[in-house]
Amino acid sequence: MINLLVILIPTLPLFGVLLNGLLGHRYSHQVAHRLAWGSVGLSFLCASGVFASVMQSGAGREVVVYRWIFGGDLTINLAFLIDQLTCIMLLVVTGVGFLIHLYSVGYMHGEEGFTRFFTYMNLFMVSMLLLVMGNNYLVLFIGWEGVGLCSYLLIGYYYDRISAAKAATKAFVVNRIGDAGFLVAMFLVFVNFKTLDYSQVFARAGELSTGMATVIAICLLIGAVGKSAQIPLYTWLPDAMEGPTPVSALIHAATMVTAGVYMVVRNHVLYDMAPAALTTVAWVGGATALFAATIGLVQTDIKRVLAYSTVSQLGYMFLACGIGAYTAAIFHLMTHAFFKALLFLSAGSVIHALGGEQDIRKMGGLKDKIPWTHALFLIGTLAIAGIFPLSGFWSKDEILAHAFTHHRYLLYALAATGALLTSFYMFRLTYLTFYGRSRMDHHVAEHVHESPAVMLGPLVVLGALSVVGGFPGFPPEAGWFHHFLGPVVMRPGAEEHHAAQGLLIALMGVATVIALTGWGLAHWMYSLRTETPDRWAERAPKAYTMLLNKYYVDEVYDAAVVEPTKRLGQVWDWFDRTVIDGLVRAIGGGAELGAAGSTWFEKYVIYGVINVLGYGNHLAAWSWRKLQSGQVHHYAAIIIAGLFILVHLILIWWTGPTGLGVALK
Amino acid sequence: MVPLSAYVAVSAILFATGLIGVLIRRNFIIVLMAVEIMLNAANINLVAFSHYLDSMAGQIVALFVIAIAAGEAAVGLAIIIVVFRGKISTNVDEMNLLKW
Repeated sequence: MINLLVILIPTLPLFGVLLNGLLGHRYSHQVAHRLAWGSVGLSFLCASGVFASVMQSGAGREVVVYRWIFGGDLTINLAFLIDQLTCIMLLVVTGVGFLIHLYSVGYMHGEEGFTRFFTYMNLFMVSMLLLVMGNNYLVLFIGWEGVGLCSYLLIGYYYDRISAAKAATKAFVVNRIGDAGFLVAMFLVFVNFKTLDYSQVFARAGELSTGMATVIAICLLIGAVGKSAQIPLYTWLPDAMEGPTPVSALIHAATMVTAGVYMVVRNHVLYDMAPAALTTVAWVGGATALFAATIGLVQTDIKRVLAYSTVSQLGYMFLACGIGAYTAAIFHLMTHAFFKALLFLSAGSVIHALGGEQDIRKMGGLKDKIPWTHALFLIGTLAIAGIFPLSGFWSKDEILAHAFTHHRYLLYALAATGALLTSFYMFRLTYLTFYGRSRMDHHVAEHVHESPAVMLGPLVVLGALSVVGGFPGFPPEAGWFHHFLGPVVMRPGAEEHHAAQGLLIALMGVATVIALTGWGLAHWMYSLRTETPDRWAERAPKAYTMLLNKYYVDEVYDAAVVEPTKRLGQVWDWFDRTVIDGLVRAIGGGAELGAAGSTWFEKYVIYGVINVLGYGNHLAAWSWRKLQSGQVHHYAAIIIAGLFILVHLILIWWTGPTGLGVALK
Repeated sequence: MVPLSAYVAVSAILFATGLIGVLIRRNFIIVLMAVEIMLNAANINLVAFSHYLDSMAGQIVALFVIAIAAGEAAVGLAIIIVVFRGKISTNVDEMNLLKW
């Protein structure tokens, strides 16, 4: 029964894909979107059932769908591993996915390619579910590539817009670098264990040398860095905002980009064996958290600010993994999925209200015109900034506290600074968008309207989740969430050690002060003294342009990697055209020459012989042809003459040449 | 008792008559009748030798020959009718299509 539910979870959206993808043009948009969100909704119900069963039994299960690849040492099943970690991911993916599907019905209304959009979204759900449900690396990899593909398709949804097409290609290519790392890790795992099943790999992980474990873990990290947009492969995510806003919310905030975090947590056994790799994870995460936050300070596109914020928050999750706080990483993954989806969708609602405007310099004063959106965006901001007691507070504080109590003070400082900046840029965004004087064009301002209920409904649910989403993690490090995930992420043999209650409360206080400082600073700069930002920008023009241009990382990559690659491509193009094509042409010319020779031979020598034979035959036939006169009498006469001759010969044979009369005696 | 040689002589005369008929007559129907004569010459031979050798085999073969001759006559007449419809003639000389 539960096994059936498990199999249904990814199968239902798959039906959505097949129906909408193959038959979508036959029926109306109404049917198409109902199929899409309906299948995801049912999938969510199935996931809830599975979750309830796992919670009740407290044990995971493996569901083998069928034996997929086998031969020699190798057996790979298409099989699902359902444990506590998978359950959390399933609920987040299907739940948030369902809400975003609903929202899309309103947001994408009347768009070109409506059915195509929902087909891709469902395909994404299938891939993401395979990713989190697989019980071996290969199934994970199928999902991993699937979500990458859907990301590409959906970023390039408006494929007639050149920037969207370029962003899609960029996302795909950058992800490919990470995927190469993941593939190498998978090969190394197979070489060492002769299997790709998690359960066997983790059970026998002790056989690995520390060096090999480190190599595998680093390769996995390269994969995770590509997928989850960490330094140095984060550049694709801000560009990915070219896609429709629901896509940014679902794929580039709530689910796909967290796949890297999920993967690291899933492989925590390997990481625990490789302290060097773990430290790398922590520093990559910490650096990204701060670095992306600084860029977010000055961006002017509402979605890009959120994109850099996503990169930064993912950095926190990696930081958490790197310091061994796997539960905190998944906890932050979950709350982030709630409030970042909320923020993106509210931003979508703002963009929708303004008829496609994304530049926050041309917004302002929207508070009273779209009050629902404003309230919900504010909840999201409070949550991500870490204001007590919203969800972001609990999860982020837990990461910070873990870093501090485990004496990783430098990482703590990075993360705390990042938190300050997060609070600042998020409130800056809120102030510029919803408060102050309106900077809209006149005709845009006239058409501002609140979004329809089908868009606001999911937002309200996400808002509620953003508020209460942190409570499963209360009290910190000992909440329900920690007990639930404990069996999966516990280090074998490691004692849980709890820091002093007083210290934890003090750290919470510090985190709150940090968040409020950021808020206050933003309030002062963008609400009270609105000339301050420009003055600061003038005072430090270099720093400002540096941030505005995102540290020129894209330019550096272009110069260091993209352009040389293109030039290399040109070199090979030349090589192909001159050397290889030349060779081909030479061979072709030789063949042509040979063909001409053999044509001549055939025409004059072989045909000659055949013709001589033919004419000879003809000549012989001509003399004998006269025998066939067509006159029956002639034939009869010839037959009778032949008969006489035969009879005569027989008689001679019997009796000798003289004996004509003998036979009659 | 009539000697065997008399039967063989009659048979030879009949066969020669039929043969000459086939070779010199131009009317297809006459040619067909001449063929029948030749077949019956063979029959006389078969029956005579059957009696002379005191074996029934020859007479049975003669019966087969008569049956086949009837079939042959039917097919031959049918061919004549078809040809006649096309050519309005039963002259064998005009039937010269069976050549190269």
